[in-house]
Amino acid sequence: MGKLKSLADLKKIQQESRQRTELRAGSDSNEGLVQVRVAMATCGMAAGARAIMDFFSDELEKRGIGAVVSQTGCMSYCYAEPTIEVQLPGNEPVVYGFVDLKRADEIIEKYIKNGELVEGIIPVNYETID
Amino acid sequence: MKMETVKLTIDNKQIEVNKGTTLLKAARQMGVEIPTLCHMELHDLNIENKPGGCRICVVEVQGRRNLAPACITKCEEGMSVRTHNPRVLNARRTVMEFILSDHPKDCLICPKSGHCDLQDMANRLGIREIPGQDIAAMSTYRKDTSPSIIRELDKCIMCRRCEMMCNEVQTVGALSAINRGFMAVVAPAFEQNLEYSPCTYCGQCVAVCPTGALTEVDHTRDVLRALVDPSKTVVVQTAPAVRAALGEEFGLKPGTLVTGKLVAALKALGFDYVFDTDFAADLTIMEEGTELLSRLGKFLKGEKDANIPILTSCCPGWVNFFEHNYPELKDVPSTAKSPQQMFGAIAKTYFADKINIKRQDMVVVSIMPCLAKKYESQRPEFAVDGNPDVDFSISTRELAAFIRQANIDFNGLPDMDFDRPLGESTGAGVIFGNTGGVIEAAVRTAYEIFTKKKLSRLDFTELRGMEGVRQAVIDFDGFPLSIGIAHGLGNARKLLDEVRAGRSKFHAIEVMACPGGCIGGGGQPLHHGDSSVLKARAKAIYDEDKNKQIRVSHENQYILQLYKEYLGEPGSEKAHHLLHTHYFDKKAKIIIKK
Amino acid sequence: MHLLVCGATTCRTSESDLIAENLRREIEEKGLQSEVQVIMTGCFGFCEKGPVVRVMPDNTYYARVKPEDAPVIVAEHVIKGKRVQRLLHTEMAAQSAATEPKQTGFRRKQIRIALRNCGSINPENIDEYIARDGYAALGKCLTEMSPAQVVEQIKLSGLRGRGGGGFPTGLKWEIAARNKADQKYVVCNADEGDPGAFMDRSVLEGDPHSVLEAMAICGYAIGASKGLIYIRAEYPLAIQRLKTAISQAREYGLLGQEILGSSFMFDIEMRYGAGAFVCGEETALIHSMEGERGEPTNKPPFPAESGFLGKPTNVNNVETLASIPVIINKGAAWFASIGTEKSKGTKVFALAGKINNVGLIEVPMGTTLREVIFEIGGGIKNGKKFKAVQTGGPSGGCLTEKHLDIAIDFDNLIAAGSMMGSGGMIVMDEDDCMVSVAKYFLEFTVEESCGKCSPCRIGNKRLHELLEHITKGNGTMADLDRLRNMSLVIKDTSLCGLGQSSPNPVLSTLANFMDEYVAHVTDKKCPSGQCRDLMRYSVIPDKCVGCTACARACPVNAISGERKEVHFIDQDKCIKCNACFEKCKFAAVLIN
Repeated sequence: MGKLKSLADLKKIQQESRQRTELRAGSDSNEGLVQVRVAMATCGMAAGARAIMDFFSDELEKRGIGAVVSQTGCMSYCYAEPTIEVQLPGNEPVVYGFVDLKRADEIIEKYIKNGELVEGIIPVNYETID
Repeated sequence: MKMETVKLTIDNKQIEVNKGTTLLKAARQMGVEIPTLCHMELHDLNIENKPGGCRICVVEVQGRRNLAPACITKCEEGMSVRTHNPRVLNARRTVMEFILSDHPKDCLICPKSGHCDLQDMANRLGIREIPGQDIAAMSTYRKDTSPSIIRELDKCIMCRRCEMMCNEVQTVGALSAINRGFMAVVAPAFEQNLEYSPCTYCGQCVAVCPTGALTEVDHTRDVLRALVDPSKTVVVQTAPAVRAALGEEFGLKPGTLVTGKLVAALKALGFDYVFDTDFAADLTIMEEGTELLSRLGKFLKGEKDANIPILTSCCPGWVNFFEHNYPELKDVPSTAKSPQQMFGAIAKTYFADKINIKRQDMVVVSIMPCLAKKYESQRPEFAVDGNPDVDFSISTRELAAFIRQANIDFNGLPDMDFDRPLGESTGAGVIFGNTGGVIEAAVRTAYEIFTKKKLSRLDFTELRGMEGVRQAVIDFDGFPLSIGIAHGLGNARKLLDEVRAGRSKFHAIEVMACPGGCIGGGGQPLHHGDSSVLKARAKAIYDEDKNKQIRVSHENQYILQLYKEYLGEPGSEKAHHLLHTHYFDKKAKIIIKK
Repeated sequence: MHLLVCGATTCRTSESDLIAENLRREIEEKGLQSEVQVIMTGCFGFCEKGPVVRVMPDNTYYARVKPEDAPVIVAEHVIKGKRVQRLLHTEMAAQSAATEPKQTGFRRKQIRIALRNCGSINPENIDEYIARDGYAALGKCLTEMSPAQVVEQIKLSGLRGRGGGGFPTGLKWEIAARNKADQKYVVCNADEGDPGAFMDRSVLEGDPHSVLEAMAICGYAIGASKGLIYIRAEYPLAIQRLKTAISQAREYGLLGQEILGSSFMFDIEMRYGAGAFVCGEETALIHSMEGERGEPTNKPPFPAESGFLGKPTNVNNVETLASIPVIINKGAAWFASIGTEKSKGTKVFALAGKINNVGLIEVPMGTTLREVIFEIGGGIKNGKKFKAVQTGGPSGGCLTEKHLDIAIDFDNLIAAGSMMGSGGMIVMDEDDCMVSVAKYFLEFTVEESCGKCSPCRIGNKRLHELLEHITKGNGTMADLDRLRNMSLVIKDTSLCGLGQSSPNPVLSTLANFMDEYVAHVTDKKCPSGQCRDLMRYSVIPDKCVGCTACARACPVNAISGERKEVHFIDQDKCIKCNACFEKCKFAAVLIN
């Protein structure tokens, strides 16, 4: 995509991008991909987020799970870094804190594969504006 | 156009002032003096130092949360200001206690004692003790002694006046604020010594320093030792600008000429011979004038190495400036030494021979309005086998202190004449002390030699004045000689940039490092930015010129005798050996290291 | 089904462990372990109502649960599917059937505006920003609004500068818009310098485009075509993400010439700071960008008149800018509906110190300190007693128990003797010595003063020295007077905001903890036991068995005594290293 020449161009990108996300999330069906977002701001990285991110991208592929692993900014839970957000298709996202490699493995095996919640959940305690 | 005005109340009195006036000036207009420490104004230079840093001038402005600094706060319509209420007095006093708590208390032996703005302010604010001094750390720094200037930064109060002079007026850039917080101080980059900075020793920083943080290197002790030593013949020379300012140190009005008393005082101090640098100024004109005419001749013939414009070279601050900043132009200035050094060279050869003593037994002292002269006298190229042509250079201020020390009633002294032969001078030599004076003196002589005609007028008023950069065209009997004049190194830079770019339209340029020329030198009695003082000194110099019987250098009988007996012709080999010099690329001298 | 039990410290101290254990046992007894899981989680943010149990997926919150409530919850809710009314969270109880999973119905304490995208989008992908209404506000401004209308919206929103000063942003824009010049500048102040504050870094790392978009909107509003981001070099990741964002925005033509087909052009460059606290002050920041020494100058003139290179310049902080696109998209009225009368919208705070949930929070203006510390922040660590909270960074004030119920906004905090600052919030407990706290903050400002004006350069140093003197036990009551006078004068006479606020920690602790100061100077005691010089080690004769362990451990031979006899500590020699206390097996060493 080159330069956006008008507001319509911008709207188009917005639509496309939203559709992509929804498709990925499988919206209401369970057909989509698992999405893992790793908080990769300075704080998270200092706590080892990069290793966690690598673990998820490698392991989910190895274990044959269709997933998108991406980085995001700080989730504000400094006391619980590294933090990640996991969204199973058709589900609300869940945030896990204190994620080390052991817990990451547990999250894949229990939550991602079977939908069983595991320890370390950080409940969403804020309102979004939309 | 009528100035817009604003009305405000200061200390319960209404006042109407021009828009843009500061509270400090508005208060002054109605006779209310708000104390200041860092603030300084040099009216004619259009320069005001007002960093708003000392916070002594704070006043209460109704409706504002905090006190406002009067020196930078502009008057606004309807403002109500209290300049001396209890809140203000308490703040001012507490701030003053802060400043004093970080200042050495060695006033007894401080060179600034008695002339110190900080000392005056402490008195004015009635500070009698500094609470908590026993637990107060002091910010201390390495003392830096250069050939001309001593930096004792323990005494720096961060008024930033020196920084402003060095950067904005002189564009030298040797001084700026470094470090932060409690250790913040004004210093050369990386806290390097001045010697390795681009400092030209012009001394303008010393002239504005309110405390003893920046002072000149004091040579009066060395001079006293020489006077005591019976084996030494001590010869003294006094620069033209000294006679126009020394009186101020003894309560005389600025502009009072004290030439005769100056000579009497020096004799009373015990100098064996009291001579005049003006004599050497005449000699400079002979050499520099000849050089000008020779280069001009080449120029008129279209020769490539004519090296026009010629730049004057009698100001040592200026010489340092181009050696640091324009080394590629080092062949452009006249090779003639400065009058101080010509004097030294002649005194220790021609005159020493005449009175039959060895140069080692002669001590040459110079009284200069200048601090860079101290450095100049120590340049290795101005010594023979380690014996300098000029042994000690002391400033007008140092001389005044020396006279007081000797308990001489200066104002009651009779007028006396300089000794012969090196004490005789012309009006042309005298005006060296003013900006434009060197070039005017050169024009008087060059004109008569170039045109082989007698001048019909001697006062070239078009070359005089206080403007930073001036230009004039003098009709050399059909040839228009184009002259540029700059005083203050910032102004010099403008002309020099043109020369470097090959765009200069001048045939000759005079540069003086200090604003006003030597009369405003870094070694003169402090003028506290009052330009009327400079103007009065300049007038005194021109008066002395007017009163001289002979006013062109080439008619000085003793100069002619010197050439006849010793040097031969101006520009002769001997003259070259004794009276000329060359310059160095000193860019590399400025080192930046930790 | 999942039963989520809050496992954060506060709830844990109220036996949430036991609750979880009981719940697990009940479920096992009923043979439901394959269908129902009990999970310990992080803090829900309702600590005052804790322990909290949340039942998923129907999203029911039970508050103030006790271990003995476990059987009821399992029997009623898990088995019969009926809510236990008695335990329902009060606000939730007021709701009828709040069963939809998205909206729980009751008001959460936090609303994320500035942090809206942080942790949700990939900051290095402009499409994800655009998907969440990114650059829609800029598009709206360029196509539907005149510059004056944009300024008007910002004014109406009531947004005030989030960097510390709290100056009305709309007014700032209006002044910059009014001043005519051939070139104007928009500057983003990303020189976040308060120790412990990192909200700006979070926004830049997590949502860089929101700042770029806001800068472009500001450029359009005030008539500037150039933007500069002044960011400290210590933020390499933020710098990298900003650079990526700028190049992506340029690629899309959202920066550069003819943005979105309009005649508006705007581009952004980066400028790096070397980490001087004072460079967060806007005039010092501008001098630093110009290559000059980072020193403030007196205002007026304000940057809006004469700023970068002498041109009208609008300087806004990162968090302020991050709120701008939302205001344009959702309208000034929406933004102004959040907050208090004079402080609108939300504020991000960085919680630090002796608090459980260290991290960033974003709350509406008007939230109380109590809510922030005890509900969102999860209360004090290790169940200790709250003593004070320091707001506003190193030059803010220390507030106490009695201030906990004031509604946080710009004016209330100043009235209480502190300030908003950039949003640092450091919580102190009963173990903190308030004289030492004041000393610690002064140490920072002494270090960070630029040295330009005398009260800040020397005065702060003197304050620090006097505090040191007092913590060593050498102070007098007269010193406390002097401390106060010096503080007031430094505030009253300093050139910039740094010196005008640096004595706040001293003044507020003097006002709120005078008894601690008095204890230091008259009794020569530190009530919190933090000031080492005021501690006295002695041997309790009755407990000492003469084992000589302490004497052997003492590095300065201050302890004497024969074997099997009572030992003695020479106070003149003792350096208070604590070695004897640690070595003594009989608790015979007394510290007071």
